[in-house]
Amino acid sequence: MTNSTESDTGSQGGWDFFGFAAKFAPLIFLFILMAVFAIVEPRFLSSVNLFNIARQVSVTGLLAIGMTFVILTAGIDLSIGSLLAFAGLVAAAVAKGGLSDRFTVGDDAIGFGWPLAALAAIGVGIAGGFIQGLAITKLRVPPFVVTLGGMSVFRGAALLFAAGGPISGFDPGYAWWGQGKVGPVPVPVIVFLVCAIAAHIALSYMRFGRRVYAVGGNPEAARLSGLNVNRIIVSVYVIMGFFAGLCAFVLSARLNSAEAVAGTGYELTVIASVVIGGTSLFGGIGTIFGTVVGSLLIGVLLNGLVILNVSSYIQQIIIGVIIVLAVAFDTFAKSRRKRAG
Amino acid sequence: MSSQTNPRPLLRMSAIAKSFPGVVALGGVDLEVGRGEVHALLGENGAGKSTLLKILAGAQASDSGTIELDGLPVVLANPQDAHRQGIVTIYQEFTLAPNMSIADNVFVGREPGSRLLINDRQLDEATSQLTKSIGLERGPRTLVRDLSVAEQQMVEIARALSMKSKLIVMDEPTSALSLAEVDKLFEIVLGLKAQGISTIFVTHRLEEVFRICDRYTVLRDGQNAGAGAVAETSVEGIIKLMVGRELKALSERRAATEFGPVMLEVRDIVRLRTVTSPQAIELRNVSFNVRRGEVLGIAGLIGAGRTEMARAIFGADPFDSGHVLIDGVETAIRSPQEAIVHGIGLVPEDRKQQALFLSLAIKTNLTMAAHDRISRWRYFIDSRTEAGLVDDYRQRLNIRMAHPDQLVANLSGGNQQKVVLARWLALGPKILIVDEPTRGIDVGAKVEVHNLLLEMANSGIAVIAISSELPEILTIADRILTMREGRVTGEILSADADQEKLMKMMTAPIDRAA
Repeated sequence: MTNSTESDTGSQGGWDFFGFAAKFAPLIFLFILMAVFAIVEPRFLSSVNLFNIARQVSVTGLLAIGMTFVILTAGIDLSIGSLLAFAGLVAAAVAKGGLSDRFTVGDDAIGFGWPLAALAAIGVGIAGGFIQGLAITKLRVPPFVVTLGGMSVFRGAALLFAAGGPISGFDPGYAWWGQGKVGPVPVPVIVFLVCAIAAHIALSYMRFGRRVYAVGGNPEAARLSGLNVNRIIVSVYVIMGFFAGLCAFVLSARLNSAEAVAGTGYELTVIASVVIGGTSLFGGIGTIFGTVVGSLLIGVLLNGLVILNVSSYIQQIIIGVIIVLAVAFDTFAKSRRKRAG
Repeated sequence: MSSQTNPRPLLRMSAIAKSFPGVVALGGVDLEVGRGEVHALLGENGAGKSTLLKILAGAQASDSGTIELDGLPVVLANPQDAHRQGIVTIYQEFTLAPNMSIADNVFVGREPGSRLLINDRQLDEATSQLTKSIGLERGPRTLVRDLSVAEQQMVEIARALSMKSKLIVMDEPTSALSLAEVDKLFEIVLGLKAQGISTIFVTHRLEEVFRICDRYTVLRDGQNAGAGAVAETSVEGIIKLMVGRELKALSERRAATEFGPVMLEVRDIVRLRTVTSPQAIELRNVSFNVRRGEVLGIAGLIGAGRTEMARAIFGADPFDSGHVLIDGVETAIRSPQEAIVHGIGLVPEDRKQQALFLSLAIKTNLTMAAHDRISRWRYFIDSRTEAGLVDDYRQRLNIRMAHPDQLVANLSGGNQQKVVLARWLALGPKILIVDEPTRGIDVGAKVEVHNLLLEMANSGIAVIAISSELPEILTIADRILTMREGRVTGEILSADADQEKLMKMMTAPIDRAA
């Protein structure tokens, strides 16, 4: 009845093109893209422009780190742009000690200082993520719907909080987090790299990371293995919220202003970065390294298009097409894996 | 024995063969059904019935063999082909759209009317005619979701009739029905018979075969085990064909050991159907115990409530009432997490869906439940300890792998199952429940898994082994419980049991008033 031979000695020689492509395609594509831009427009490789890219990538990259956790559990968070705007306004108001002198520029501002402002932004982000995580696990509403709702709620909250207007002008301590440099390296880039390393350690070397992959890979098996699936799901939205808050603080510091329309459309760029970096929207597969590469890829692409004077309308079209293609590749690779498994 | 074979049967399937990677599902099977005949297709789980039915429904292609209808060869490449030939299959899982009306479901895709517009009056009339002919007293506009299971089944039958069927295949049509509903179904089947429509009837309840069927075909291990007229055989005769004489248990019996004290006691576990899960399998006053070092086998057919019982004890599904005592202490278990704390492990029936993380490495799969044993600084994984643990179980269980970092998806079924067993062993459980521990794995690996389970019991673990394969139960169990329809129907020492006795206990009629 059974005529199979035990063939468990690994990949039988044959070169796994799709495994290889899934791993290194983003990196290779990144280099190709940079080479093309460098040839077409030599200014692209100037150190000013490269640091410019790095600074831009740092902002969406912070969000992409959080989004990697969420997508690893087969979830999604569409609310991050709105949550970021709301958290940024709260941080700015704290820094200013209220909304009364929202346009006072420079160090004559009397507020609570940047440490409290940063904590406030992160606190708002964590609270927003926690509430959405509870809605997903306790009310059993799909993440897409919960965070679509959150997208509207937080944007409304931001507009309400600031009565529509921006809050701008921070003291040098605050502004340093967005505009300062350590040696030649912009501070946001350092923040991004530190966070990326911490997230990589959490996912690769900590029990928590193992569980995130497990919940995304097979929630039922995770539950039957004794994991607290709901707690892990809430945790990843809290982590996402943490990064939304941190990003809000850094972004407001860089722009020297917080406004209610900040972060509009970020969710798409961020999700695109994560997916292009090889994280599967079906959960259970992905790395922080991939997300960093994916963020760089999107950052380089957008920067290059700007330098080549491509209109921002066309940029949006390109991002949209890329995200669909990346997911198509993921689906295709998944079906290949299934056949092989 | 098939003395009065119909010279020109309605359906003749000859030498149907079908292989899947690693398994021969059908090795040249014949099936003949006469006009107006009610034909029972019988066999144990995995005997090849469902594969044969899928081929007949056009849902799966056979590797070789021929199908003749009315003496003419036909090709059934897809379900539409089968429908066109008048062969309609009613699966256990209905294919109705719950939010559409009876009429829309019966005539879906074939609505009367012009190309663009549906003639509602014609549709309703045609539907009413069909439903009345089989005694379904519901208006054609009634939504399917408002119907009982039995009524939904009648809608399926009405749909089959609307396609001018010559042959209706019913896959375990009675498993979800009450006694009165079964009687009604049988009336319908006899009505079809009177119209010259043939029925293939798959069931695990052998008494039903003798109530309704004219002829039978028994499959075993993908081969014909026997066929003939129902009137010329008996329940015993059919059971013998189903289990096969030559399949004596190949056991190396464990030396008779004195078992320890009762490790797990289950008293009066009850789970009832609810409004939200009308098709759920009920548990009715399930009680039993297992001792330290004992292997308790649980036999029963699919849907007998064995898996549901295991999941209830493990905290994976809630139950309505009953008590679980561990080491004599009453314990409330509300989640798998709590079950694990109390020393219970569960190897679920569906390895890929419920146990494995196919996108993750072997080592990650193996240690998933035992993070406490491999952690450092509380929150971190100590990769060296982990590697040691994995290597230990790799040797003890003889798990054949290239490297622990390899994806678990690339292992054979047998080695995957060993990884799952190792996951639980690493926790040092007091009680281990294994549900279909050798489903879909090689014969060689099967023996290894059996020996592992026996070793676990010898080391003092109380093992509960659920299996649909009677030889397996007889091989590994010390004591065997049989279940049917959520009830425990019998208990027997393995030494006193054989397959025929078990089959009788598993299929014994139940006093449903109880």
